[in-house]
Amino acid sequence: MDWRRFSFIGFIIVFLFTVVVLIGGSRVSPTIIISSMLTTTIAVATPLTLGALSGVFCERAGVVNIGIEGMMLAAAFFGWLTAIYMNTVFKFDPNLSLWTGVLAAILTGGLFALLHAWLSITFKVDQIIGGTVINILAVGITGFLNRQMFFGEGSIFGGNVPHAPGLLPSLSKWLAPLCGGPEGCLGLPGLIQGTFLDQKPVALAAIALVLVSHYVLFNTRWGLRTRAVGEHPKAADTVGINVYRIRYVNVIIGGMLAGLGGAYFTIESVPSFEPLMTNGRGFISLAAMIFGNWTPFGAWAAALVFGASQALQINLQFFRDAIPPQWAFLQHAYIVGLAPYVLTMLILTGIIGKTIPPAADGQPYEK
Amino acid sequence: MQNADEKQPQPGWQQAVRAGLNAALVPFLAIVTAVIVGGVIIALVGGNPFAAYLGLAQGAFGSARAWSETFVWATPYIFAGLAVALAFKGGLFNIGAEGQLAFGAVATAWVGYALPEVLGIEIPGILHLPLAIGAGILAGALWAAIPGALKAYAGGHEVINTIMMNYIALNITSYLLNGPMKDKNPLNVIARTPEIAEGARLPVIFDGLRVHWGFPLALLVALGVWYLLWKTTLGFEIRTVGANPDAARYAGINFRRILIVTMALSGLLAGMAGAVEVTGLNYRHELGFSIGYGFDAIAIALLGKTHPFGVVLASILFAGMRNGATRMQFLTQIPVDIISVIQSLILLFVAADAIIRYLYRIKAKEERLVLTRGWRG
Amino acid sequence: MSEKPIVLEARGITKRFPGVLANDHVDFDLRQGEVHALLGENGAGKSTLMNILYGLYTADSGEILVNGKPLTLNSPRDAIEHGIGMVHQHFMLIPVFTVTENIMLGAETDHRPHKSEAPLVKLDRKQVSQIVRDFSHQYGLDVDPDAIVGDLPVGVQQRVEIVKALYRKANILILDEPTAVLTPQEAEELFRIIRELTTRGVSVIFISHKLKEVLSIADRITVMRAGRVVGATTPAESDEHQLAAMMVGREVILSVEKEPAQPKEDVLVVENLRVRDVRDLEAVRGVSFTVRAGEILGIAGVQGNGQTELAEALTGLRRIESGSVKLAGRDLTNCPPRLFTETGLAHIPEDRQRHGLVLGYTIADNMVLCDYYRPPFSARGVLQTQALDEHARKLIQNFDVRTPSPYVAAGKLSGGNQQKVIVARELSRPSVRLVIANQPTRGLDVGSIEYIHKEIVLMRDQGVAVLLISAELDEIMSLSDRIAVMYHGQIVTTVEAHAVTREQLGLWMAGAKPEQTATSV
Repeated sequence: MDWRRFSFIGFIIVFLFTVVVLIGGSRVSPTIIISSMLTTTIAVATPLTLGALSGVFCERAGVVNIGIEGMMLAAAFFGWLTAIYMNTVFKFDPNLSLWTGVLAAILTGGLFALLHAWLSITFKVDQIIGGTVINILAVGITGFLNRQMFFGEGSIFGGNVPHAPGLLPSLSKWLAPLCGGPEGCLGLPGLIQGTFLDQKPVALAAIALVLVSHYVLFNTRWGLRTRAVGEHPKAADTVGINVYRIRYVNVIIGGMLAGLGGAYFTIESVPSFEPLMTNGRGFISLAAMIFGNWTPFGAWAAALVFGASQALQINLQFFRDAIPPQWAFLQHAYIVGLAPYVLTMLILTGIIGKTIPPAADGQPYEK
Repeated sequence: MQNADEKQPQPGWQQAVRAGLNAALVPFLAIVTAVIVGGVIIALVGGNPFAAYLGLAQGAFGSARAWSETFVWATPYIFAGLAVALAFKGGLFNIGAEGQLAFGAVATAWVGYALPEVLGIEIPGILHLPLAIGAGILAGALWAAIPGALKAYAGGHEVINTIMMNYIALNITSYLLNGPMKDKNPLNVIARTPEIAEGARLPVIFDGLRVHWGFPLALLVALGVWYLLWKTTLGFEIRTVGANPDAARYAGINFRRILIVTMALSGLLAGMAGAVEVTGLNYRHELGFSIGYGFDAIAIALLGKTHPFGVVLASILFAGMRNGATRMQFLTQIPVDIISVIQSLILLFVAADAIIRYLYRIKAKEERLVLTRGWRG
Repeated sequence: MSEKPIVLEARGITKRFPGVLANDHVDFDLRQGEVHALLGENGAGKSTLMNILYGLYTADSGEILVNGKPLTLNSPRDAIEHGIGMVHQHFMLIPVFTVTENIMLGAETDHRPHKSEAPLVKLDRKQVSQIVRDFSHQYGLDVDPDAIVGDLPVGVQQRVEIVKALYRKANILILDEPTAVLTPQEAEELFRIIRELTTRGVSVIFISHKLKEVLSIADRITVMRAGRVVGATTPAESDEHQLAAMMVGREVILSVEKEPAQPKEDVLVVENLRVRDVRDLEAVRGVSFTVRAGEILGIAGVQGNGQTELAEALTGLRRIESGSVKLAGRDLTNCPPRLFTETGLAHIPEDRQRHGLVLGYTIADNMVLCDYYRPPFSARGVLQTQALDEHARKLIQNFDVRTPSPYVAAGKLSGGNQQKVIVARELSRPSVRLVIANQPTRGLDVGSIEYIHKEIVLMRDQGVAVLLISAELDEIMSLSDRIAVMYHGQIVTTVEAHAVTREQLGLWMAGAKPEQTATSV
């Protein structure tokens, strides 16, 4: 990540924030708007950050993972299903059910990643095809089970979708007993309160995982070997490193990260599942990873840009009737909704300079 | 090694048939395996797999009506499958068939219902139909040429770009079908266009059955794609760029131009899928109809080994499954979505043919098919 | 011959690959502190044997003994544990890593890999770089531990590889074709290091197909051919001719027979050419020369001095920054490759599998790779199958391509036959004015090399201009009429081939400035 990339990212984020402040500024104070934008940006960037980290681990080890989308979708479904089961069938406490759901989501991601690893490392299937298989498989399985369990005659829940046990609480709720109430915790100013304390566990974990990933990749034995395997697997092999093992483990770690990202959708963001609900986030994560030059911090920064463009869409809805007539196109959610996708394509054209993938990325290793 | 003097004939049709049967072996076993695994899943969720498959087969091929419906389903599959297959031959992975198809459908629908009004004249059918389909394939081609050009000149990888363009197409068509192009009929609450003019419709082949002339057209186009790829110099160029881009440059092929042409041709075929659905079946474009075609097309192209004739067979199979699934659900209460599971299993086994070769102890005869080349390609 | 103990022994090693018997009951041994050369042609099975000794391949049968004890080597890790180190022909270094990172990789916390390795141990780069510095002093290796490996010259990278092995406490060192990428002077430096190592008790296996250097460095020589050991000797008991005959299995004519050249008009005129490489660094820095009809101009130089970029610029495959290229009187600067071929260029590319062939295509299709669009192969955009068939059959016969049919995939042919397909296609094109042959015989067997050399001389005698680029000094010296020496992107000098010695060329290739003497033309 060079300064041009970071300043480009900073510029876009400032621009998107300014648009909302200009439109909504007459109704609500700019501080509140900025705080709200920041909160939403960090929250909606969560699955993108985790997806991009997933990509970083896989691709630093030399395995292209285009199946992140499917891993997230499957994890979102199975995490949610587990939470419901735990709550309604096994009568777990709602919070415990949710945490079990998160665990199930991580495991689901790991299992799908195991399949991807098996295909691309052991069977040397074209990795982009393998990832596509994962995506299609995830859509098929979640669609089928969703229908089979919840809808129609003879379905397990008899046509009634049971209530999910709610959502994970935000940090400020946890801290509430410490500082006497959910509001004004520790007397921190509103901005920090909003951006940080209102975040929920998966979002906070994602930020922590950015730091951890950076440390692991660049300062530990595992990281050195992972990067070696992604750059020149034969060289790693000749110094006694088990290329297949390194690749397998990293792909599975990547899948678990994607799985945690999946948990964001159904356990942290909304308490329900819809088919295809990941809506391309897995693919946008890949773009974030590429723009971030396969580094955790770079990927996170890029994920925040996409988060900001989505936050724009969400926050503009509050001010729809305040949009001046010459900007009428901003009234249409579908048009504003284009922003992350167009941004992705723009970023990949390399106008901000090209990034270089690990040298052996996408190539199966044969002894 | 034999002496080179010994005259060996050029590969004739016998060799071609033998090669075809060889190539079909793994996909066939992949289907068999997926059906078995699918049966186990049906049994696991409490269904009777035999009853389910019987219902599926009846619904797909049990009557003239069933066949007709299967061909109706197969028509867009063939076009979209050919789109993906052609791109694969040129070394490109077009995941964007869905968006190209949707744009083709929108353009065709617009020419079909609005153009007469805009021009203020009645357009004769002999002109209106080709115009409508032409608009659809043009829209598909242009939409696909964008990621082609981005790859050729800016290095943007087509896999991500075509996916992004799917979402962009979805958003734009959602906007159009909910806004400017929405059917103004006061009874209409759905995001859809008005009906296209009578003159812009593809007729059905048999009275009382829905199968229309789009199906024979699809077969003809498959033949055309085969001829283009293996008998023309353009096809030679497309395949060379796909097989070895460095050698293509060495051979003097303008590989950037070929990249864009290949994407445009691929989008043209996907756009034709949309155009034919609108003119032959729905007589309008409706939001949501195109969802899922893009991924189905990838599965079909891979199952058909990216060969046009293979694509036709794979399309009919997938169409039969989709079509028969309704009857299966009616008879056995197994949700139609099981088809998606079986189809993704087929794709899994086709892609990972090593699994099939291992299960059935088949030796690899051919080189591994290299379809994509990571982020650099 | 020596009473020093045997440190490494291979007995009856057999290794079969699909379709090839790479090693057929091979016996080999190495004594402490000696240099034992393993000599053989490309494909003789030397590298297979070494990869087995290094644990990369497992032998189908046979046994390996280190210090008299039989072992099984299942992975390089086992080999490293028993003190075996290897410097591969293509370096096993990670270009984006520093020297230190490359050296510590796989042995991050100790000199040798361990069974119990905590994955999240923090890297101690400082400690390792100090060790590297110490080694560097001790053996006179001059390696900077903090440099990025990709930025280092190949000679230094090779020393990094040696340090890597020493760091792992190797006392047996396998060097696979170590001089392939070095200038004669760099090779001398390597020999000095090898002698330094052997005096300290390290035993060295030196793999090569170059007779001269084997004779100068080895204590013992073992010769392999077609997977078998065909003889063992010492430098004192043999000479070049004898070794060559053993290596190839028949008498070899070491030089190419040809008449003196009769050059005519200028065909290729290159003026002040500047070209950048993939990393956007200037690789060709102001090169000018002329090739005349009926002569062979050889470009000598160590790999990586701009020859690849030069060849690509002269064939339209790489952008020219400044300067000009004229072919047969026509200015083709920055023209597309097709215009070059249409003006009379035949190009035998450096990397035949990457540029020269589509491996999945049949021989017939590969034979028209550059001409598929022209009559008689194409009419109105449609390929003419009959014409393709006849063309392929004719060339297969004329150029002795060994294949059962024109419809075999090019990827299924041997390297020599693949190269013949390219040579046939390029040299048979109508109205060829210039042949650019870049490393035309790299990696081929002696039979194919002789054949291709003959074809190149034949083209010259028919009045075609030939630009020969090769890293093999012998090839340059035996084929060329004039020789231009390339160093660091520039042509150091151009001389008449008969008026120059090997040693002189070697000095220029290493960057020595030529004196202004009468030999320059």
